Amino acid sequence: MTIPEIFETMEYGPAMEDASEARAWIAKHAGRFGQFIGGAFTAPGETFATKNPATGEELAQVTQGSAADVEAAVDAAAKAFPRWSKLSDHQRARHLYALARLLQKHSRLFAVLETMDNGKPIRESRDIDVPLAQRHFYYHAGLAQLRDSELPSHQPLGVCGQVIPWNFPLLMLAWKVAPALAAGNTVVLKPAEYTSLTALLFADICREAGLPKGVVNIVTGDGATGAALVDHPGVAKVAFTGSTEVGRKIREATAGSGKALTLELGGKSPYIVFDDADIDSAIEGLVDAIWFNQGQVCCAGSRLLVQENIADDFHARLKARMANLRAGDPLDKCIDIGAVVDPVQHAQISRMVSENNAGETYHAPIEMPSGGCFYPPTLITGLEPADRLMQEEIFGPVLVSSTFRTPGEAVALANNTRYGLAATLWTENMNLALDVAPKLAAGVVWVNATNLFDAAAGFGGVRESGFGREGGWEGLLAYLKPADAGKPVKPAKVHAPGETDFDGIDRTAKFYIGGKQARPDGGYSRPVHVPRGVLLGHVGIANRKDIRNAVEAAQKAAGWGKTTGHLRAQILYYIAENLGARAAEFADRIRAQTGRSAASAREEVDTALSRLFSYAAWADKFDGAAKSVPIRGVALAMNEPVGVIGAFCPEDAPLLGPVSLLAPAMAMGNRIVLIAGESAPLTATDLYQVLDTSDVPGGVVNILTGSHAELAKPLATHMDVDAVWCFSSTDISGVIEAGSAGSLKRTWVNNGRNPDWAGPTGEGKAFLRAATEVKTIWVPYGE
Amino acid sequence: MTQTTLDTTATATAAGLPQVSHARNPIMPLDMDWVMGAQANTSAIERRCATLPGRRTVKKEYQAAWLARAISCIDLTTLAGDDTPGRVKRLCAKAMQPVRADLLEAIGLPTLTTGAVCVYHDMVPVAVEALAGSGIPVAAVSTGFPAGLSPYHLRVKEIEESVKAGAEEIDIVISRRHVLTGNWQALYDEMKDFRAACGEAHVKAILATGELGTLRNVARASLVCMMAGADFIKTSTGKESVNATLPVSLVMIRAIRAYQQATGYRVGYKPAGGISKAKDSLVYLSLMKEELGDRWLRPDLFRFGASSLLGDIERQLEHHVTGAYSASWRHAMA
Repeated sequence: MTIPEIFETMEYGPAMEDASEARAWIAKHAGRFGQFIGGAFTAPGETFATKNPATGEELAQVTQGSAADVEAAVDAAAKAFPRWSKLSDHQRARHLYALARLLQKHSRLFAVLETMDNGKPIRESRDIDVPLAQRHFYYHAGLAQLRDSELPSHQPLGVCGQVIPWNFPLLMLAWKVAPALAAGNTVVLKPAEYTSLTALLFADICREAGLPKGVVNIVTGDGATGAALVDHPGVAKVAFTGSTEVGRKIREATAGSGKALTLELGGKSPYIVFDDADIDSAIEGLVDAIWFNQGQVCCAGSRLLVQENIADDFHARLKARMANLRAGDPLDKCIDIGAVVDPVQHAQISRMVSENNAGETYHAPIEMPSGGCFYPPTLITGLEPADRLMQEEIFGPVLVSSTFRTPGEAVALANNTRYGLAATLWTENMNLALDVAPKLAAGVVWVNATNLFDAAAGFGGVRESGFGREGGWEGLLAYLKPADAGKPVKPAKVHAPGETDFDGIDRTAKFYIGGKQARPDGGYSRPVHVPRGVLLGHVGIANRKDIRNAVEAAQKAAGWGKTTGHLRAQILYYIAENLGARAAEFADRIRAQTGRSAASAREEVDTALSRLFSYAAWADKFDGAAKSVPIRGVALAMNEPVGVIGAFCPEDAPLLGPVSLLAPAMAMGNRIVLIAGESAPLTATDLYQVLDTSDVPGGVVNILTGSHAELAKPLATHMDVDAVWCFSSTDISGVIEAGSAGSLKRTWVNNGRNPDWAGPTGEGKAFLRAATEVKTIWVPYGE
Repeated sequence: MTQTTLDTTATATAAGLPQVSHARNPIMPLDMDWVMGAQANTSAIERRCATLPGRRTVKKEYQAAWLARAISCIDLTTLAGDDTPGRVKRLCAKAMQPVRADLLEAIGLPTLTTGAVCVYHDMVPVAVEALAGSGIPVAAVSTGFPAGLSPYHLRVKEIEESVKAGAEEIDIVISRRHVLTGNWQALYDEMKDFRAACGEAHVKAILATGELGTLRNVARASLVCMMAGADFIKTSTGKESVNATLPVSLVMIRAIRAYQQATGYRVGYKPAGGISKAKDSLVYLSLMKEELGDRWLRPDLFRFGASSLLGDIERQLEHHVTGAYSASWRHAMA
């Protein structure tokens, strides 16, 4: 077009980013990449093509990682670990700083390469992905510097196996590699098969930065390569970002292996618009929510919930906005919508939309490029929660919409999902915003904004969106372990009947469920004898239905999580008061069941009293944080209760064990189902009499007795249990981890080693962290 | 509320007078529910503005054409105490030949002019005479510009005098105190009176957004002025400490869009003050295109109130034509 013609039409025209530097980099590697292992590239093995999804053009051949490649990479990482982990904090910080600087120096190359390999608009890779990746390394250089002073008594885990997705290839690499290195671990990272190139460029950067060989290793390949990495016995920690389906498989595969695991999985995040919102801004927010990266974002605001009285106007304005979106070559600096990552993904999106018959489907009436993997921005209005597309993640530029009447209904609809990654809400009413945000089942909540990220702010989900946080101190902790590994557990001792037997009034301890004593559903109980054989009484044998009843009672006690820390402290003190009044009796009972000395038994009671005081103290002091994020606003990291925790008690501390678990759980606002130790269960059941007289609301603490081996699976697989803790002497850590895969609940298992209950590792922040989820609430402000 | 067929004649108006190119915004009743329901979330608005330059860009011949379009929308302005007839004549000459003829020839737009010339009342006759036959209208700032605190009847009278002197566009200033005290009825009445005094001349309402305190106030004042018959809403006098900004523009533009959707009438937009770079003008044009559509990229619905912007655009155009970076002394001064 001529200038006079453009003067009339005022069209934008093409504004192409130059790709020659990126092509030159690929050419420098002869278009074929091996693995980056031990600080050098291996010769390419069996390779596959990585393509530009916008054009279908082959960009390079990358190697399909073999088991031998994984072996070599883990080996290199393991060899590098001793030296790397012994570097001073400052030395590690220097390395991370060097990586950050180099990422910055090569920022445009990274951005262009990312866009070519992934299909995302150059604006996003240039203005969002790459700067956030840099920021992540800078931030973690700081965490490396401060690790020992701020987190004493912690150690790195070892070799971290990290598997990342294709939607934010470099950024997810940064989220994984930076905290792992900051903590002192070494890494084997497997990028997604569609998008390996920026990881390989990062490998070049690691060489340029002088990172010690083997600290970062990159193995390319498909899911089989990832599985080999996850399964490798030399891997101490697995970190995965990707689909819920694969995350579940990884949970199952690593169960019982002792590997640490964090999962950041899918979502169907609600985007709630109240009628007093700045509607135009809320609509613009949707562009950033669901049409960012073609909707291929785990935390995409993909489920619009709009207040019924403004819904028609909102949808009309939204459609008008959609008509202004521009799709085109991702390297064009003037487009909003690039290509989806691969024809497979395109087919998946198309199928899910075409199979839907509910509501009204609106495709943005915009020009779409011919050829390439392009899918138009799409809005489906008039859906109900029962419709499949309101529940299932599409992972494409497709927004589904429904309406609500009241704030309460908005929360109910928002939480009516298997996922819990992120949520967005728009209102100009601060009361409403600060009331609703904590009620949303999500790891991240954005108020009057969406898709805000920063290295200082934790990111991660609840429910089937996974567990663990990335970013902030909480993210660093996922790459550390306590320096004290604990002691191997001793097997439960169940004493046989002796010659002399019971001579008192028969006493049968019952279960404690919902604040009431309950008989075993199965109608079975077993005797408890002293070491010399005298019968002390009977305890019930719980079965799966008792688990069900206890969990149901715990769920009903949800109000506990909304009480104040002050009130919870009062009740914990009150428990201590009443336990103290019966200290002698509890000490006698411990002595009778265990045969320990009177002094030792009394000491356990005293420690339990102190522990109750500790967590009463913590109840109103385990503060959240206001994170220093680079916006005008606050990112509040709120410590929220996990919910319902099922816990298997240890054998070696009949009273201190259950108290060490119930007290932090209660202090943080959780409800708990305790499975008493099998050796001395009568102390746990005695405890309910103390709870009963201490104003503990029914259902907050529930106590069962029975076989840990039998109860592990029903508790771990229960969908309405939010976390399972295991300090059992029975080898059930693997069963629990495997069972948790169904609902992807958090687990904290002992793998056969327990802390010293009477010592400093028996209480404190590790327990408080296990009893809380960090929810990050972003509240930009300004008038 | 019907649209007239006048709508299609935009190209016929070199002068870009809105009242001849489309149905003029009539006076609407003051709708206080609408006014008070207006919201403006500052951080979200700032984010939109901060990311827009990264989302839209024009290069090469597109950039040249867009810059030419920007020139056609400039209200070339002098509002200084030391203005003289000589100074105003020089400005008018620049308005008629905004860019060196060889450069305009090279880009194929030899007849390009600015949108209008904007002066104080006393300079109106000089400007009208200097621009005679060019089709370029004269805009006069009025109503006790810039503070708007002279006696009310004199402010109304000033409009009438300027119209009588030949100004086809009147840039009035609103009483900021009506906004700051929430006296929307008073603002509405004032604007209505000013509009009436303008008669056929078209009226731009200067909100002085830098003095309104909040974006919410900007949104509400925009709506009230449009209801009271403003043909254009304009950010600033250029004399406030903060003049046109992208966030303020976005709020006003969205109010214009809401007004058009509700009533069917198009109201123009004029950011003024602080826009001095060619690149800034492109961002403003893309903001208009994105939020309001192509129809608002013409001088009948969009103006820049600017004095130094033209100089930067001239240098950019010369760079486009020659490939070499330009110097200011190679272009005629205003």
